[in-house]
Amino acid sequence: MTPELLIQLLVSGLGMGFIFALIAIGLALIYGVVGVINFAHGEFLMVSMYATYLGFSVGGLDPLVTLPFVAIGMFGFGMVVYYVLMRRVLGAALHAQIFATFGLMVFMQAAAQFVFGADYFSIDHSLLSGALHLGSITLPLPQMAAGVGALLCSAALYVFVFRTGPGRALRAVSQDRVAALTMGIDADRMNALAWGLASACVGVAGSLLSNFYYVFPRVGAIFVLVAYVAVALGGFGSISGALLAGVIMGILQVLSGFFLESSLKLVPVYLLYLVVVLIRPKGLLGRQ
Amino acid sequence: MKRFLRVRTVAGLFCQMLLPLFGCVLLAMGGWARAQDAVRIGALYPLSGPVAKSGEDTLNAIRLAVDVINGKYPDSSLPFAKSGGLPNLKGAKIELIAADHQGSPEIGAAEADRMITEQKVVALIGTFHSSVASTVSQVAERNEIPFITGESEATPLTERGYKWIFRTTPSSLSQARDFFVFLRDVNSKRDQKIKTIAIVHENTLWGQEFGTSMESYAKEFPEFTIVANIGYQQGTTDVTSEVQRLISLKPDVVAHASYDAEAILFAKTYKQYNFAPQGILAIGAAFSSSAFRNALKDDANYFLVREHWALDLANKNPLIAEVAKIYQERYNKAMDGTPARAFQAMMTLADAINRAGSTKPEAIQKALQQTDIPASALIMPWEGIKFDAKGQNTKARGIFVQTIGGKTVTVWPFELAQSHLVWPKPAK
Repeated sequence: MTPELLIQLLVSGLGMGFIFALIAIGLALIYGVVGVINFAHGEFLMVSMYATYLGFSVGGLDPLVTLPFVAIGMFGFGMVVYYVLMRRVLGAALHAQIFATFGLMVFMQAAAQFVFGADYFSIDHSLLSGALHLGSITLPLPQMAAGVGALLCSAALYVFVFRTGPGRALRAVSQDRVAALTMGIDADRMNALAWGLASACVGVAGSLLSNFYYVFPRVGAIFVLVAYVAVALGGFGSISGALLAGVIMGILQVLSGFFLESSLKLVPVYLLYLVVVLIRPKGLLGRQ
Repeated sequence: MKRFLRVRTVAGLFCQMLLPLFGCVLLAMGGWARAQDAVRIGALYPLSGPVAKSGEDTLNAIRLAVDVINGKYPDSSLPFAKSGGLPNLKGAKIELIAADHQGSPEIGAAEADRMITEQKVVALIGTFHSSVASTVSQVAERNEIPFITGESEATPLTERGYKWIFRTTPSSLSQARDFFVFLRDVNSKRDQKIKTIAIVHENTLWGQEFGTSMESYAKEFPEFTIVANIGYQQGTTDVTSEVQRLISLKPDVVAHASYDAEAILFAKTYKQYNFAPQGILAIGAAFSSSAFRNALKDDANYFLVREHWALDLANKNPLIAEVAKIYQERYNKAMDGTPARAFQAMMTLADAINRAGSTKPEAIQKALQQTDIPASALIMPWEGIKFDAKGQNTKARGIFVQTIGGKTVTVWPFELAQSHLVWPKPAK
C-alpha cells in the first residue's frame, strides 16, 4: 500500500463522486422546490447520453461541444415535462405523483429500447480520451473532466440559487410555499424552473459521462440508484447535502472496492446511510 | 347410428381381410415393411417466447442431421448419408417429432411425457434451457427412455446419478479446464512463463460458478497460481477499484466471466490505467461481440474468448464446411456453436441406435454407454465422444478465438488454428 495508490484511489473516487453529486443535486432540487421525487431522473440522464452520442456519431461533434446544447435542450425538456405532465398531478394524491414520474420512467426506457435497441453505444476517441500520468498516478482525462465539470456545474448552480433573485425565489418556495406566494412569487414558474435546472444538471452529467460510459436504455437506473441514496444521505432537498453525500459515496465505494470485496463495495455506502438515518434522520445537511 | 355401425363393420372387415394381404405383398418386396417402421425421436425446444429464434435455429440443425441420416444428401461424406437410414435396422429412417416447451420446465416435462406415452418415441433430444433439461431428464429417467443433450450445459444435470441422460457438450464446469489446458499449451509450445492468474467474474450464478470451477481446476495444474478471485456486482458504475487491485497484483493472465456492458467497461478501464497483462481470456462471447468491437474499435483486438465452435474451423475440417454450407443454404443463416452442437448430438444418437440394431430403450442406452466416436467423424473440435458413467462426454473441449484486425479467428487448439496466436497481448 503506497501513498501513490491511495492518492490514485481518492482521485478516482472523487471524480465519480462529483458525477453522483451532479445527478443527486437535480433530484434534491426538484424535491426541495416542487416536493415530488422524480423517478424518471435516471431516464433524463439516459436521454442526454443518447443525445450526446447522436451528436458524436451523426454530427461528428465532440461531447464537449454538444454539452451546452444538451444542457439547454434538457432544460427545455424538463420544463415541458413539468407543464405537460407534472402540473396536472401536483395537487393530486401522492400516489398519482409517484405514478406519473414512474410511468414516465417506464415509457422513456421502452421508447429508447424501441428507437435504439438494447445495444451498447459508446463514444471513442473524443477530445477527452487518454490519460495524464503524474509519476505513478494515472489520471484518466474523461473521468477527471467529468469530475471538474460536475464540480463547476454544481458551483454555478450554487451561485445561482444562493446569490441571484430567481435563486432566492426558488429557495423561498422550497422553504415556505405559502409565505412565498404571499410575497408575490409565482410558485408555478419556480416549479418549472426547478424542473428545468434539475434536467440541465443531468444533461451536463450525461454529456460528461458519455466520454467514458456506454449508453443503453437502462443506463439511468444504474446511476440514479446511487443518487437517491445521496439525496437521502445529504438531507432531502438540500443541494449542498447532495453534493457532499455524492462525493463521500464516490470515495467510499472506490476505497471499499479495493480493500474489501469488490462485490461488496456499495455495502459500506449503504451502511453509512443507515447509520446517518438512525442518528440524524434528516440527513447530513438536512433541515426541519 | 345403425348406418354408422354398418360402415364401421365394413371398414373392419376390410382391414381384417385385406391388410394382411397388403402386408404379404410388402414383405415380398424385400425388407420394405421393416423400413416403414421409422425410428421416432422426440425433440424439445423453445419455439415460442423470448428465445424462440435460438430454439428454431438449434432445432433446424437437428432437422438437418435427420435429413442427412435419412439419405437426403447422398453426396455428403457424413455418417449414414450414402446408405440413407440406419443400416443395422435394415435402413430404417428417423422420424423427428418436435415439440415447443416455451422455455418452461413444466411444459417440457408434460411434452416429454406425451411424446413417450402417446407418440412412442424411442429417445429424446433437447432442450436448449438447462432448467427444462432438468425436468425432461426426470421424465426420461422415470420412463427409462434415453435423453441426449447437445447444448444444455448446467453442470448438475449429469451429477444426479441418472442412468438415461447423455451429454455431448462440455458442462459449464469443465469449460474452466480449457483455460488451464490452453495456458499450459502456450507455456510449452510457445515458450512462455505464465504463472499467475487473476479471475474477474460477475456476481450472478454464471460468473460465480466460473470463479469456483477455476479455483477447483487450479489444483490439477500446479504450475499456475491464482492470485485473485474478484467478483463484481453486475451493473456497476465504475471498476477503478477492481482494476487498481489487479494492477497491484500484476497477474500474468486475467480470466474473465463478464457480460457485454462490463466487458466494455473493464476493457476501457484497463486501457486508461495501462494495465497490460500477457493475455486477457474470457468465457462467454462478450469480449468478441459486435457491441464490444463497435465500442472499442482497435482496442478490441487480441482478447481471447473460449468458444465451442467457430465457422472458420471449416478450413481444417471438410465435414464442417459441408454442414455449414447446407445449413446456410437451407436456413439462410450462418451456423454457429449451438446448432453445431445440437447437430453433433443427433448424429451421436443415430450412431448409437444403429449400433444397438434395435429400438429397444435398453439397447440404445447400452450402445450410448459404449459410444466411441473418433475426432475425424465430428463437426465439433473435440477429441472424440465417449461418455463417463454419469453420461458426460469426456472428450469434449473448447477452442480459443482471438480478435485480430477486427476479425475473430480460431487460434487454439494449435492444430486447428486459422491464425497464429498473438501472445503476449501487445500493449498500446
